[in-house]
Amino acid sequence: MSLKHHLISPLLGNNPITLQILGICSALAVTTTLSTAITMSVALTVVLCLSGGVISLMRHHIPPSIRLIIQITIVASIVIVIDQFMQAFMFEMSKRLSIFVGLIVTNCLVLGRAEAFAMRNPVLPSVVDGLGNGLGYSLILLIVGALREFLGTGGLMGVPLVTTVAEGGWFEPLGLMQLAPSAFFILGLLVWLVRVLRPEQVEQPEFRLKAAEDRRP
Amino acid sequence: MSELLIKSIFQENLALSFFLGMCTFLAVSKRVDTAVGLGLAVIVVQAITVPVNYLIFNLLLIEGAWGWAGLPDVDLTFLKLVSFIGVIAAMVQILEMALDRFAPRLYRALGIFLPLITVNCAILGGSLFMVERHYDFEQSVVYGIGSGIGWALAIITFAAIRERLKYSDMPKGVEGLASAFIVTGLMSLGFSAFSLVTP
Repeated sequence: MSLKHHLISPLLGNNPITLQILGICSALAVTTTLSTAITMSVALTVVLCLSGGVISLMRHHIPPSIRLIIQITIVASIVIVIDQFMQAFMFEMSKRLSIFVGLIVTNCLVLGRAEAFAMRNPVLPSVVDGLGNGLGYSLILLIVGALREFLGTGGLMGVPLVTTVAEGGWFEPLGLMQLAPSAFFILGLLVWLVRVLRPEQVEQPEFRLKAAEDRRP
Repeated sequence: MSELLIKSIFQENLALSFFLGMCTFLAVSKRVDTAVGLGLAVIVVQAITVPVNYLIFNLLLIEGAWGWAGLPDVDLTFLKLVSFIGVIAAMVQILEMALDRFAPRLYRALGIFLPLITVNCAILGGSLFMVERHYDFEQSVVYGIGSGIGWALAIITFAAIRERLKYSDMPKGVEGLASAFIVTGLMSLGFSAFSLVTP
């Protein structure tokens, strides 16, 4: 298990969103435009790296019976710093992200990596693992964010790329892409795509259905 | 008030229009009976924590709350994340002990789901929305109950659909997670039609 492995494997092979099913809430909610998706990705990656490092530093001193509360408190303190930083220097963006920066506290990805990795590994691998998972999360967020903004408004990062019908062009923006359901659809199709590329990720059914015995022609 | 209740159950459904509590939503929806148990637990916890967090935020954290102690400039709102999480964890713990004492059958039925609620973002999200939208006490009680019912309704319906999905013949890659996302998307479309409902 090299450092490179920790960094690369969460990107596609063990992606936090499409395989581990962690951190989905924010992944869906902040992807209406590319710029919010980028900000959220950066914020979450920073929190993941820092919390991985801090928790791994303290791992020998945390009593197992109250470890969850300690982990949550550490994560919450880091998130408060990020939240205050964004309110001070990027006020507009923090208004658009609304409560979702605060919700990084209960993002299962952060707690999941702390519990599964940082509690048993030295500091450097934990930080790299946080970075890798953060990048895997960001990758999905950027794809979904770019698709939703482009199809929904005909531009990226607020810059129009194709002329819409309203301005005399040919592109009809899909209003649905700015609404909640499209995020689910795009993520569902993305999971399908990943599983076509990596068939070993398809989950095995818990039981097999019995085929009809007498199939008449 | 009834307007807020209906809005928080249908149009502004926490799970389907704000994507809150999605991880639990996808993980614990394979069977209807477990979904019902989790849904009930979420309603109870949400109905208690939102008003309690309202009191804590407005009596202890908001700017000027410490004016009676001669500290009118103290603004502790930056502590809201830590204190909300603390309240939620404590509430879940108390509920767990109370259920164990007074309703052991329900306690056993809920099992592992009760402690899991602490990290369900629907609960923290409900409290943060309450602050962001400046609800008063009465509204926060109604909002807590309504948003809990909305989340429970979504997960129970979803679990029921998912049980039937077992019998459908889908391509290999779509089975499981991908189909769950697409079905949730369709449900979300359905729920957005409720925006026409007015009490």
